[in-house]
Amino acid sequence: MSKVLEIERLSKAYGTVAVLRDVSLALAHGQTLALTGESGSGKSTLMHLAAALDTPDQGSIRLSGQEISGLDDAARAALRRDRIGLVFQQFNLIPSLSVAQNIAFQARLGGHHDPARDAMLARRLGLSEMLGRYPEELSGGQQQRVAIARALAHAPMLILADEPTGNLDEATGDAVLDLMLELVGETGAALMMVTHSTRLAARLDRRLHLSRGQLSAPNAV
Amino acid sequence: MIGTALFTLLSHWRRHPGQFAMLVLGLALATALWSGVQAINAQARAAYATAAATLGQDRLDRLQSPDGRPVPLAEYVALRRAGYLVSPVISGELRAGDARLRLLGIDPLTAPPEANTPTLGDAGLDLTGFFTAPGLLLMTQDTATAALPPDLPPIRVTDTIPPGAALADIGTASRLLGQSDPSYLLVAPVQPAHLPLLATATTLQRVAPEQRADPAQLTDSFHLNLTAFGLLAFAVGLFIVHAAIGLAFEQRRATIRTLRALGLPLRSLLTAFGLELAVLGLVSGLAGLILGYAIAAALMPGVAGTLRGLYGADLPGTLSFDPAWAGAALVMTLAGVAIAAAQAMGRTARLPILATARPEAWGQASARLMRGQAMVAVVLLAASGALALWGGALITGFGAVACLFLGAALLLPVTLTALLRLAQRRARGPLGEWLLADTRQQMPGLSLALMALLLALSANIGVSTMVGSFRATFVGWLDQRLVAELYVTAPTPAEAARLHAYLAPRTDAVLPVVWADATLAGRPGAVYGQADHATFRDHWPLIAALPDAWDRLATGDGVLINEQLARFARLSPGDALTIAPGVSLPILGVYSDYGNPQAQAIVTLDRFAAIHPDIAPTRFALRIAPDRAAGLASILRDDFGLPADAVINQTQIKRFSVDVFDQTFQITGALNLLTLGVAGFALLTGLVTLADMRLAQLAPVWALGITRARLARFEWARSLILAGLTFALALPVGLALAWMLLAVINVQAFGWRLPMQVFPIDAARLLGLALIAATLAAALPALRLARISPSRLLKVFAHEA
Repeated sequence: MSKVLEIERLSKAYGTVAVLRDVSLALAHGQTLALTGESGSGKSTLMHLAAALDTPDQGSIRLSGQEISGLDDAARAALRRDRIGLVFQQFNLIPSLSVAQNIAFQARLGGHHDPARDAMLARRLGLSEMLGRYPEELSGGQQQRVAIARALAHAPMLILADEPTGNLDEATGDAVLDLMLELVGETGAALMMVTHSTRLAARLDRRLHLSRGQLSAPNAV
Repeated sequence: MIGTALFTLLSHWRRHPGQFAMLVLGLALATALWSGVQAINAQARAAYATAAATLGQDRLDRLQSPDGRPVPLAEYVALRRAGYLVSPVISGELRAGDARLRLLGIDPLTAPPEANTPTLGDAGLDLTGFFTAPGLLLMTQDTATAALPPDLPPIRVTDTIPPGAALADIGTASRLLGQSDPSYLLVAPVQPAHLPLLATATTLQRVAPEQRADPAQLTDSFHLNLTAFGLLAFAVGLFIVHAAIGLAFEQRRATIRTLRALGLPLRSLLTAFGLELAVLGLVSGLAGLILGYAIAAALMPGVAGTLRGLYGADLPGTLSFDPAWAGAALVMTLAGVAIAAAQAMGRTARLPILATARPEAWGQASARLMRGQAMVAVVLLAASGALALWGGALITGFGAVACLFLGAALLLPVTLTALLRLAQRRARGPLGEWLLADTRQQMPGLSLALMALLLALSANIGVSTMVGSFRATFVGWLDQRLVAELYVTAPTPAEAARLHAYLAPRTDAVLPVVWADATLAGRPGAVYGQADHATFRDHWPLIAALPDAWDRLATGDGVLINEQLARFARLSPGDALTIAPGVSLPILGVYSDYGNPQAQAIVTLDRFAAIHPDIAPTRFALRIAPDRAAGLASILRDDFGLPADAVINQTQIKRFSVDVFDQTFQITGALNLLTLGVAGFALLTGLVTLADMRLAQLAPVWALGITRARLARFEWARSLILAGLTFALALPVGLALAWMLLAVINVQAFGWRLPMQVFPIDAARLLGLALIAATLAAALPALRLARISPSRLLKVFAHEA
């Protein structure tokens, strides 16, 4: 199975604090991976590096075989726009745009907008009745469903979700995760999800644990 | 407890030095412009008071010739011999090139004590030197160091003489001015009881102080204008302060909650807040005072020139420090801080201890608030229109301007939001949609800064349209009024007669210019005698007239009056006007007379001679082929020995008049530019403030695939769009302001109304300035965004420390 994401010997420090040390992992098409660890273990940093939001100090990150760690700002932005879907704990929807506009935003940025796909995602995520509303008019669960729809609307090859259910109650979190896994499974994208919850992590194909910047089972790919 | 709270609150500024600098600078700028204007006003008022008190002008009656000529010496001597307590004064002006000096000659031995003849009791004054040739001139240090005419007697410095003037013994003044008869006589308030009433003993006209033109009254409207500008700048500055305090409140919301949760009483918290603001107000106010003094000192020569050009009021060209205006400015600053901080204090008082943090809540006005604002704005605009149309007084005119400004400022966010919503519907592409939607959402946070920009731009458009219209009308009017090619002044009536005889066969027309001071409709003014000639018939600008006004004027049975007199006395063609005791004539027409503060009436030469048989013309307007004018001027100077300034050609007068005009509005231009600068700074404050708070909105867009540089370009474009839209809205507001200035305030303040003209090139220049201001204001936040480290953006998403 071809690899979507390959990370090798990745290190990152902020000032004198080493956040990631010699981290390696790989993720194939259709695979789902849970990344667990204590607060401050470097989970989010690893996620941000994989999303080309930040650059590593050392090591390599390849997306579908393409090395991305040396790309300039514009190329990294294009990569995120076209090939990566992001879901954040705080949802981070654009408050000035409606639900429909939020869902379509990234796809339209990259020129991949498919209104039929938007409609399908909205229907599957139960958002069809609230497309004209604005984020502040939605509950936390509804906002996260909009974020998931946005992350999937441009059919990315890699979805990175950082504590997607962290701000939701257990029942809503479960329901949101069910939908996300279902849709990711249907699109064939790879998913890497950061979570504190071992219960949620157990529902994904694989699980890796980060502790003090190092993967606890570095060769467990 | 309060000390601890204060320390905690102040620690915020240590961590946000830029914000602190912005607050202090905003407040200092506001104080500077306000206090600068107040310093100028205080200086001017002090100068007027000195001038008014000189020789007891504010208390003593005068005796003067009804025709404005000097009082015959014999008449004075007769009154003194009869026992009346009168004292002669010779008043005149010495000129040489640009140097000029107003000279007052007094007789200290007969002057009433109320005349307060300065320094005669001073031990340091050399009385012998004062009374005997060559005499002494008393003047201020400023006057003594300014350019003075040559060949003056020795000078003694004293500080009780008005600027630009000198006091001398009457003998010295008589010699220097070449005038032997007194200009007027001062009348002691108490006359010997046994004598008949003074009025029965002389034909001289007795004039009380309140009947004379008072520079303080004449210049009131000018100073009111300055004050209005200062207040506008102050208000614009307060927008900056409001924004900075509001931001600080939002950033300290968590701290405030913590302090409250830890047991700090609300009253102590508010006291600490108040102390913090008072300290900030004092520090900024003092900085503003220093800056204001510098601004006032820089503007003072321009103001002095303006007041001399407009009203003939003399002011020193330098500024002196007066603790009164400084104290008043500090009080104003503290009051301004209190107003700007009222909202934040109110929020602090209402802040629930356990509410969830909503950092984005700052400045988010609800739709209901917007609707309320719009309704208040409509009421204010309606009030403005009503005051302008039906107010009928200077104060209501300023009220109309204030309502217009306030209404327009309140309407701005609503209008911009509506325009952005409209544009958003037509936007193509996700980024365009986002940009417009996001701009709309930022409106509450930016509206104060944009209001400040709107006010500054409107004031700029309004005042420059007013000045431009005034200038164009004035220059056109000069072209109409100054049609004669040469203007000649003879030193004496006899010389004038000789000149007339010489000129008559050598020119197309010799038109005598003759006048006498007169009281017209209860106001000081002048009656002019004018020849019936095509020069006047074809060119004199009448703004209202009876049919055949010129033909009827030629018969001597009528009078033309200037616009000022018509407006102040509510006279119109057909009404009667008394121009001399027992002489009442119908008004035939009203003419424009810009720049003249006094009432004026014109009759024919014959009618004038009948009223004032003793006044012979000494000035002539000459009509001659333009190419012969220069030659004739040379002959008059060389063969008749006339001084250079006694033969003036039309071009010289026009150039002088336009120079006076331009100097008059120099200060307006400077204040305009300064206000725009403050507004630009307000915009910068608003944008920098928002930039810090907007990362939460920008980070997701960046994460979804837009580079920081592109986001920065969008932020920059957003500022330009907002500045452009604000300018578009400022245009009608500015034009409405110009109309109010021209048709309401000018009429009330000066007595003349000007046709309004629009200057598209000026407007385009101002648009350019507004865009430059917006570009500069947006440059810093945009640059910071372009260079922001990804880690700062990532903090928005991070939920781990």
